[in-house]
Amino acid sequence: MEITLTVNGRAQALELDPRTTLLDALRDHLQLTGTKKGCDHGQCGACTILLNGRRINACLTLAAMHEADEIATIEGLAPPDDPGALQAAFLHHDGFQCGYCTPGQIVSATGMLEEARAGWPSHVSPNLEAEVALDRSEVAERMSGNLCRCAAYTGIVEAILETAEQERDVEPREAAE
Amino acid sequence: MNTPNTYIGGHVERVEDARFLRGAGRYIDDVTREGMLHACVVRSAVAHGRLVSIDAEEALAMPGVHAVLTAADVTGEIPTIPFRRPNPKIGPYAQPVIARERVRYFGEPVALVLADSPELAEDAAELVLPEIEPLPAVVTRDAALAAEPLLFPGTTEDNLAAVFTAGKGDAEAAFAGAALVVGDSFSTQRQTALPLETRGLLAEWDADAQHLTVHGAAKLPFFNRRAMAKMMDLPETSVDYVEHDVGGGFGARGEFYPEDFLVALAARITGRPVKWVEDRREHFAAIAHSREAEAQVELALDASGRILGLRGEMFMNVGAYVRPNGMTPVRNCAQFMSGPYRVPNIALQATAYVANKTPAGTFRGPGRYEGSFFIERLLDMAAARLGLDRRTIRQVNLLTNAEMPYPLAQIRPSDGSRAETSCDSGEYSEAFHRCLQAFDWEEKEKLDGRLIDGRYHGIAVSCFIEGGASGPAETARIQVAGDGGVEVYVGSSAIGQGLETVMAQIAADTLGLPMECIRIYHGSTTYLAEGWGSYGSRATVMGGNAVREAALALLARFRALAARRLGVGEAEVSVVGGQAVGPDGAVLDLADLAAEGLAGEAKFLNSDATYTNGTAAVHVAVDPETGRVEVLDYVVCDEVGRIVNALTLHGQVTGAAVQGFGSVFGEELPYDDDGALLVGTLADYLVPLATDYPRVRCLSLESYPSPTNPLGAKGAGEGGIIPVGGAVANAVASALRAFGVAPNHLPLSPARVWALLNPPD
Repeated sequence: MEITLTVNGRAQALELDPRTTLLDALRDHLQLTGTKKGCDHGQCGACTILLNGRRINACLTLAAMHEADEIATIEGLAPPDDPGALQAAFLHHDGFQCGYCTPGQIVSATGMLEEARAGWPSHVSPNLEAEVALDRSEVAERMSGNLCRCAAYTGIVEAILETAEQERDVEPREAAE
Repeated sequence: MNTPNTYIGGHVERVEDARFLRGAGRYIDDVTREGMLHACVVRSAVAHGRLVSIDAEEALAMPGVHAVLTAADVTGEIPTIPFRRPNPKIGPYAQPVIARERVRYFGEPVALVLADSPELAEDAAELVLPEIEPLPAVVTRDAALAAEPLLFPGTTEDNLAAVFTAGKGDAEAAFAGAALVVGDSFSTQRQTALPLETRGLLAEWDADAQHLTVHGAAKLPFFNRRAMAKMMDLPETSVDYVEHDVGGGFGARGEFYPEDFLVALAARITGRPVKWVEDRREHFAAIAHSREAEAQVELALDASGRILGLRGEMFMNVGAYVRPNGMTPVRNCAQFMSGPYRVPNIALQATAYVANKTPAGTFRGPGRYEGSFFIERLLDMAAARLGLDRRTIRQVNLLTNAEMPYPLAQIRPSDGSRAETSCDSGEYSEAFHRCLQAFDWEEKEKLDGRLIDGRYHGIAVSCFIEGGASGPAETARIQVAGDGGVEVYVGSSAIGQGLETVMAQIAADTLGLPMECIRIYHGSTTYLAEGWGSYGSRATVMGGNAVREAALALLARFRALAARRLGVGEAEVSVVGGQAVGPDGAVLDLADLAAEGLAGEAKFLNSDATYTNGTAAVHVAVDPETGRVEVLDYVVCDEVGRIVNALTLHGQVTGAAVQGFGSVFGEELPYDDDGALLVGTLADYLVPLATDYPRVRCLSLESYPSPTNPLGAKGAGEGGIIPVGGAVANAVASALRAFGVAPNHLPLSPARVWALLNPPD
């Protein structure tokens, strides 16, 4: 079938078998290989992408279902010469070893920070109505769908917390101006 | 920013990470070739049986399917995969690269489908119908030892692949004169390393040049090239193994597997590039398993808690065949069970038996994790019997630097240079004290064994050594490019451990250059004529010292060339910061002499192991209602000789510790009575998540440089996992002391802990 996917702001026409997953479409047909396949079952999070800003496992959905959607992958999150605050924090806190889960972690963290900003509670949130205060256990819980076999979790959680804190420091000032 | 000569030991962030953060890492499935075919392996769904026939007709009729290869496509004898540590007994148990007349495990390759896409290949593989007459499966130790049935009838007389002894002193006399003998049965469960990237290969055959290139190398490309060349009947120089980014190794990835040969054969037969990437279900049955061990061991002590002797026997289920590294956990468990302790008399026997399961290999800390669990349990049992503090019984037995080199037990039959080995350096009580101090043992001890808010609290301490620096050699070549950049080629492989950073640090410091000038090339046979790789915690020691020596050779050459250019004697030239300065102040840069062949090569030889030592302490809380154990605090302190990069070291130690918790609490590869593997997804095999073990603290010391190498470094990639089993099991025992439980069998899953508390009547 013919389909047009909008990935990282760019619309591209593709000829696909209707059974093609979004993950395989990205990797094998659009050559966006930053999104990784760790299990193809939605159990490891290595294929996390943003679908209209919301994080999903690209292996669990068919490409044919997303003609009207905005898809963002790791390649689209930051320009090559400017790594971005989250990426810099991962580097600083050594949030990885082999790097295979890293794109999924970065994309997932990007989506997660947005969810927290929007006030979505998690399984460990003490109050479902209150503003979300990210701490270690909140971040770990919200990132528990992204497996890191090297177990760099401490660094990952610290990197995300640092990024969240930076954003919090910056935002009120911007609001004041 | 670091200045030259201060990178080693400085705070240096990893250089490989920039590409990982952008999604620009290039792993094997990201590599493609024009016109390539995709392979799917047809695997036996029967654990043990006679392979009667394979019907591929329907599969071959599918459009887009090019071939279905079976044993019939292999000319002559089916090649078997060579051993890393040959010994006379294991020969008949080598794994053939494809099953011909008999299948011996669930998942054994019987055919390879080649098609235009991976999806087509997978669909076609389902249509390939092997006819297999089932035979009774050997799953348990009893069945294997009873030889009912034999796995290799007509070839071997039993199912025992090897029997190793680890010996030292006179154990019998030591036990006869002991004040106390403690002993029990222990076991650790079958597991696998589970790298997040599944295995994959891409093979290219150049018929004109008669040259084979295999992409997807890891761990030991040079050994695998030798093996492949022999199997393919090609000269070694006609085969290359090329490494790309590697999504985790942990001991399992990168060994020579059946698929290495099959994918290469497919490329050779079809003349087209052939790619194969495992799916996760396949991975569980195909990659090496490890850790399935049972032990019946005893410790002899005097009244003050000094160890007099260690004896007993272990049985390891090594699966259906002996894979390249299948004997490593078996012999390691026997040789290293004594750990960091002074054990003058040892008589241990380790038996490797075959059974109809996936063949075993290594997983981080192979054999050492198992052995540490056994002896640490024995020490706590002995302390209780002698009325000693659990710290004291360790303290009096920890090795001192004055005793170095301290010989460990000898392995027989000898299996190479490590059959005899000695601890190299260290005052082992130092890491012990630092660990307990950071852990705050005295304060936490007040909680030990107490019921607080419905949970029993327990603490424990466990000590370990980690062997590193596997010999015999590593190679490196450094050359200056036309732009003045320094290209470093090293035989070590990157398996996610930050190799490029560490090698660049060492090269930069030795050359007196900024790290930015250094480019690291590694892990491919195209770079160097010979090399070894990354296994047995060796890369920093072996590769690092090779890089250092190559850099020194390059500097010597630089001085000689500069002297000639300047027309002065070599002694008159000083070399600093990548510049040669003559007596009259004339300055030459490295780039000025690049055209004259500015290079240095080295082969660093070392057959002596390094031994990192360390101590771990853990605080757990056990819920008696559910059997769930929570790790409240975990501190590990290791002494590594020399810290090259504290950041990557810390990552290795913490990551290994968390993998250890996965090992202790959940990861398991169960089989049914017919030999079918009961795990197929990550929902069945529970590895640690971000939420699971957040409280791991580690500290590292560099008080006793290893005398085995000029850097003074000791291998440190595996130690973090070694003490976890013993530490956690002892903490659970301590927490539940009121119930007198003996957590001697791993994993300590909630169900098992609950069963310890609720024994059947």
